[in-house]
Amino acid sequence: MIILEDVHYAYDGLYTALQGVSLQIDDGERIAIVGSNGAGKTTLVKHLNGLLRPDKGRVILDGVDTKHYSVAELARQIGLVMQNPDHQLFLDSVEREVLFSLENLGYSKEEAKEQCDRTLNNLGLEGFSERSPFTLSGGERKRVALASVLATEPRVLSLDEPTIGQDARQKEKLARMLSDLNEKGKAVIVVTHDIEFVIENFPRTIAMANGRIVADGQTNFVLSNDDVLEMCSLTRPQLTETARHLHAVFPEVPERLTLMDDLEDVVLRVLGGG
Amino acid sequence: MPLIEFADFSFKYLGADSLALRKVNLAIDEGEYVVITGPSGCGKTTLCRAINGLVPQFHRGYIAGNVIVDGKNTRENNVADLAPIAGLVFQQPENQLVTLNVEREIAFGPENLGVEPDEVRRRVEELIDMLDLEHLREKHPHEMSGGEQQRVAIAATLALKPKVLVADEPTSNLDPKSAEAILDLIAELNSRDMTVVLVEHRLDLVSKDASRVVLMDKGCIVADGNPREVLTQDICQEIGVGIPKATQLYKRLSAHGITLDRVPLTGAELAELVQEVSQR
Repeated sequence: MIILEDVHYAYDGLYTALQGVSLQIDDGERIAIVGSNGAGKTTLVKHLNGLLRPDKGRVILDGVDTKHYSVAELARQIGLVMQNPDHQLFLDSVEREVLFSLENLGYSKEEAKEQCDRTLNNLGLEGFSERSPFTLSGGERKRVALASVLATEPRVLSLDEPTIGQDARQKEKLARMLSDLNEKGKAVIVVTHDIEFVIENFPRTIAMANGRIVADGQTNFVLSNDDVLEMCSLTRPQLTETARHLHAVFPEVPERLTLMDDLEDVVLRVLGGG
Repeated sequence: MPLIEFADFSFKYLGADSLALRKVNLAIDEGEYVVITGPSGCGKTTLCRAINGLVPQFHRGYIAGNVIVDGKNTRENNVADLAPIAGLVFQQPENQLVTLNVEREIAFGPENLGVEPDEVRRRVEELIDMLDLEHLREKHPHEMSGGEQQRVAIAATLALKPKVLVADEPTSNLDPKSAEAILDLIAELNSRDMTVVLVEHRLDLVSKDASRVVLMDKGCIVADGNPREVLTQDICQEIGVGIPKATQLYKRLSAHGITLDRVPLTGAELAELVQEVSQR
């Protein structure tokens, strides 16, 4: 379990990136962090694995202040996939990139190979193991960066904008992998602007603006609040938008709808009754 | 004559095992708004690079067939000659900005092409006005948000007076509100007769503006036509392309025997069509 207690952080003292953030992440949770560019989302997740240390406040992992741990120690438990894969990839083959993190964490050669193959397979990267990451497309490189961290199955996995440049199928694969890890009890935290991905996969949403948390709760409530959407530079989810238009014509359609199945049911009901 | 023409064009990057583009045939006329989409790695970015000659002039490799842009064969003309015809905008605006403020950024391209100073000044003012950049005039690109940077990158590209704006996922690093503003700007440019080629995965955001959707898979064009026709084809699901939710719901309703009069691309359109059916 991770607790952030009144965390403050400023880059170069110029502006304050985090202004008193408190939150609790339980084992096995699935949390999305949303907010406009510069809201402090990336700064927040970098505090989880010690890449950044609070100027004020504390980050506590299982009751111990993380200031007592090095980044290397934290990395065993808390994996972070950065937004830009090019900041993360440095080896000349996809396989070596993934094996590197596994071997660093003490996997034997055979175990590492097996885990590497499985992960590449799950992310649709089979057949890419000998390729240099730098000959791959942007979306593919992103998945290699994901693979190198996902393979290590950290207890807490945080992903910064994992769906950028991914098509619908790759997003489904990623969602499936995250839910498998989640079923093994791992917590998954994702920073994203992709609200459709959030709605389909993350029960809890934390909304941030100007270095503060402005909402933290059930995803369907947080993301159907227009004030929150406005503060976070988000647009209304398409299905909510559709539901609102339908609601204007058919008052029996609830305004707050987030899942496709629900909307399908309600439209069928409206038409069946009409 | 089309503005852009791919004739049996194939390309393989140096050192790659497979073709990035396979016998692509594509003709784009002036004034069109073409969205290029398809699974990651399908060749979308290579296609964009081929339009302004970055492929094969900068990215070298095996090449077959031809790309003719405004009458110029990209094999025979260098990027500097093609840049004034096809202006490219990329995913990461900060990789594209090279100067210290907005005015200089916009002036940079035309100055390098030897445009007269008075004309450069005129273009800078026109673009600052048109793209609503007045408040950023003196700002350093690094002090701007991603959305602001992308606006400036588009302005700098338009300063060359290109005949076509080619944008490769220009909004994927932006928050949804900034993304919407950039896409509205692109739609507006198109309504002022700018030809647009836009690569995008999120068809819910762009298909309402586009006159045409080109679907790619494994280096080939697999569907090409009006957005409402292309996005209802099963091939979208087969190759893993996400269609707008309203269009998805249209397909689900069809499976239940309820056929709406038209294919909706937005929630508003869907609500209207459902209302029509309910009143029958």
